Amino acid sequence: MANIRARSAGWLFGSLMIFVSSCPAAAATAEQVAAGAAGKPWWFWPIILFFFCLVLGILAVMAGVGGGVLYVPLVSGFFPFHIDFVRGVGLMVALAGALAAGPGLLRRNLANLRLALPVALIASTFSILGAMLGLYLSALNPDIIQTCLGATIVGIAILLLLSKNTEKPVVNKQDAIGLALGLGGAYWDDGARESVEWKTHRTLLGMCMFILVGLVAGMFGLGAGWANVPVLNLLMGAPLKVSVATSKFLLSITDTSAAWIYMNRGCVIPLIAVPSIVGLMLGSLIGVKILAVAKPKMIRYIVIAVLFFAGLKALDKGLGLGLLG
Amino acid sequence: MNTQNKEDLQPSQEQIIYANLLVIGVWAGIVILVATYAIYVTGILPAHVDMSLIPQLWGKGVSEYLEMTHSPHGWGWAALLSKGDFLNYIGFAFLALMTIFCYLVLVRGYSRQKDWIYAAIAVVEIVVLSVAASGILGSGGH
Repeated sequence: MANIRARSAGWLFGSLMIFVSSCPAAAATAEQVAAGAAGKPWWFWPIILFFFCLVLGILAVMAGVGGGVLYVPLVSGFFPFHIDFVRGVGLMVALAGALAAGPGLLRRNLANLRLALPVALIASTFSILGAMLGLYLSALNPDIIQTCLGATIVGIAILLLLSKNTEKPVVNKQDAIGLALGLGGAYWDDGARESVEWKTHRTLLGMCMFILVGLVAGMFGLGAGWANVPVLNLLMGAPLKVSVATSKFLLSITDTSAAWIYMNRGCVIPLIAVPSIVGLMLGSLIGVKILAVAKPKMIRYIVIAVLFFAGLKALDKGLGLGLLG
Repeated sequence: MNTQNKEDLQPSQEQIIYANLLVIGVWAGIVILVATYAIYVTGILPAHVDMSLIPQLWGKGVSEYLEMTHSPHGWGWAALLSKGDFLNYIGFAFLALMTIFCYLVLVRGYSRQKDWIYAAIAVVEIVVLSVAASGILGSGGH
């Protein structure tokens, strides 16, 4: 039985690899479909979007990034939706994924409430400001947001490529704020068969960074796992597993406040939103299964390449160059 | 492994309650989303904005879209729940309200432990999320 499961997962993984290898081409195909499907019935788009998001969900899990960071640049670049709606739905997608992942991470004590709560307060407050600023700029000229989004996505791709997260950072002395807030804990590492105790340092600087994280998350509807992890791990000294899990949980709080701003503004169209949310969540569940037989490192590099491509496409669109079609 | 170490490895009581609430909330939210979407696309309830019209309008900015479809902003959708498209907002709002519900439980837990710093952080977060949800900010008309 286990053998059959492994073989099925292997087949699924093989098929996925073929798709992933041609992902920019697949995205370009989506764009061609978009260009040639103006006269298609209304149900055509939700179906295309559902399957597109299903694949995005699988990729996101395997590359260790949130759904929003792939959803917003790819869908805004290759689908006919206005960026206002893409950002609104992007936040709902990231929020739903984070809410779904939260319980497992909290129960295993990987996501830490004491670490999450103070930084979530900062990030969620500033994500409101980011959302309002993003909607204001978009109303002035959507190309401004598209260009800034492109530059941000290229920056994220570079960050993912260059950042060397540390499994268990050494924190010799905890700072006063970290001590006062009790930012520390322990978790069981299955791989190393040992309990790992941890504490934070540079807490104030880390908290200040979450101002920027919140602003960017709200402005572009991206979620912010790509930024949370380096701040928690490299700057504040939390172990990588705790950083990744706490980051995922954090998104459920940060994205909630920004999602409300977009939702109240009318940026969530149900016809687009529900297939996106359900597709990405199902994709994430499949991704977790495939992860057992996949080579996540390779997928990660492919996703970074896709992000580069999506970022350049957004820049191209925002600046009106027309170099990428 | 001694008893103290084992205790350190266990999630706090608040974490467990938070996780349990999330599980129920997320699955309820997904069921609501799928059910209301099915009602919408099958036409059981009439839509406020005709589905065949939406692909012609989703390339426009949100202000223009709202104006052309006479759609409300803020919590205006609550008055249009008899329309299939706005019925979906129940699921969106439910998911987006989950965090506020969970934080209410945290406030009670931290207050009982007399952990006033974290109780205060949780209260302020509820205020921030409630302000965002209220529509006071950024739901400006068109």
